[in-house]
Amino acid sequence: MLASGIIGISQDIFESLYSHDIGAVVTKSISVRPMKGYPNPSVVPLGNETYLNAVGLSNPGVLAFSREISKNKEVPIIVSLVGSSEKDFPKMISFLDSLNIIGYEINLSCPHVSKMGMEVGDDPEIVCSMVKTIKRHTRRPISVKVGIGQIDVVEMAKTATDSGADIITAINTVRAMKIDSQSMMPVLSNRIGGLSGKAIKPIGIRCVYEISKKLEVPVIGCGGIFSWEDVVEYLLAGASAVQFGSVLASCNHGLFTKINKELKNYLDRKGFKNIGEVIGLAHRY
Amino acid sequence: MPIDTNLMRLVTISESIIESSNVKTFVFSDILSSRASPGQFLMVWIPRVEEIPMSVMISEVEGHAAISVKKYGIGSTALFQRKAGDFLGIRGPYGNSFKTLKKFRNVLLVGGGTGLVPLLRLAARINELKIHCTMILGARTKKEIIFEKYANSLLRKVRHRIIVTTDDGSYGIRGSASDGMMKVVKNERFDCVYTCGPEPMMKKVFEIATNQSLPIQASLERYMKCGIGLCGSCCINSWLVCRDGTVFGNKDLSKMNEFGNVFRDKDGQKLQYG
Repeated sequence: MLASGIIGISQDIFESLYSHDIGAVVTKSISVRPMKGYPNPSVVPLGNETYLNAVGLSNPGVLAFSREISKNKEVPIIVSLVGSSEKDFPKMISFLDSLNIIGYEINLSCPHVSKMGMEVGDDPEIVCSMVKTIKRHTRRPISVKVGIGQIDVVEMAKTATDSGADIITAINTVRAMKIDSQSMMPVLSNRIGGLSGKAIKPIGIRCVYEISKKLEVPVIGCGGIFSWEDVVEYLLAGASAVQFGSVLASCNHGLFTKINKELKNYLDRKGFKNIGEVIGLAHRY
Repeated sequence: MPIDTNLMRLVTISESIIESSNVKTFVFSDILSSRASPGQFLMVWIPRVEEIPMSVMISEVEGHAAISVKKYGIGSTALFQRKAGDFLGIRGPYGNSFKTLKKFRNVLLVGGGTGLVPLLRLAARINELKIHCTMILGARTKKEIIFEKYANSLLRKVRHRIIVTTDDGSYGIRGSASDGMMKVVKNERFDCVYTCGPEPMMKKVFEIATNQSLPIQASLERYMKCGIGLCGSCCINSWLVCRDGTVFGNKDLSKMNEFGNVFRDKDGQKLQYG
């Protein structure tokens, strides 16, 4: 599926991705009100297919976004939600729940916006009450997206699951920074942002491995997935599904058709009948 | 080792050219940008202020390129105030470009304001390819006309004419660039129409070209954050201007119902032109 934050504001693009064999799309994180995000530079390519961003959760707000996807028929859309207080979520769900969507992903791990994302997600009590509130207002499955914060990712995943989360998405970008040596200035307008792309894959693998080892909850793996081998690695670590993000800077939408085909070939070569058989196999050792 | 176009490079402005009261051109040395194709763009960092997508302007100095900026928003105004010796960060060039075919004998370029920038880069190529050319330069008033002399000089080796239109009739033909186009397409055959400028103008140019069954290539502009296909800010229907454009042909343009009608704000909300 498409990871949150990547090209996710247009129904036309969702449909295009779906016609290219993507399993589901996760939207940009939607908030109650529109957010312009930070001034540019908000995305900094660091080379080796690794990126730094502090987009600042820019999104059109729940009202405009619910209009955007109101005509959705067949695309499996997971709406990512972000809020600064518990009260934000029931309001957003009331706009979205009647639409053709398959669930929510709660962004509790964006590493670069104050009073939102990780700043909220680093407090187990807030996470607990937010998840409980959301579960009271929707019957749709919810995934909580966790990341690398002050509190251990497994602890946070456990708190979310104990509070009612159906799925855990791991991981978000990792708090990071770039300073230009010539100008001697931080490059991001926000100075600090989140690292994505190839550099963070081993961190994502470790998190998925540890979460799925300790908890029964299904995990969606995310972070630095560029090829079918990366997908397999996340599955072996225990992920039941995976999300793609930074790879879209170097590939077009045809990527998903290609990866699906290559995964089928891998299963055939290894003698598996379905992909579920691969999930968590690395835990045997 | 080849240079990674994605990595930001610091360049020093070697020359600043005043084009009009609100447009300036900044020349700098950069091999990758000097080889950019017409229609490609750079992400330009004005340190600690903004980063904005800018079409690559031509410089006739070996190994150099330029950008032309109109004073408008926070980023472009800060950029406008830079002078020779100041530095900027650039990455790119990104995007596709205007295409020319060997069989082309006569082409039409229609541009308005700083939308003329990619067309000037194209004009330099057309000059080398010995293709006859008509170029329409649109401006609001006489004071805002830019690049008239430069276009003439870039097309010096080929048969060409420059037609200027002004909205208030203070110079050249009264009306918009598309009004100027209406006049020339009636009695002359073109192999291709190239356009860049305000989108409602391009939409008219597209409609005229479609009516006359002329192939058209239009370089579009949208707000961008990343320039590399990640943020989605520059979407127009299911296309991304940064990765699938900036140049689109008849087939794509005719399927884009947002073309000339809708653009998205920084927060991704749809807004209407005009």
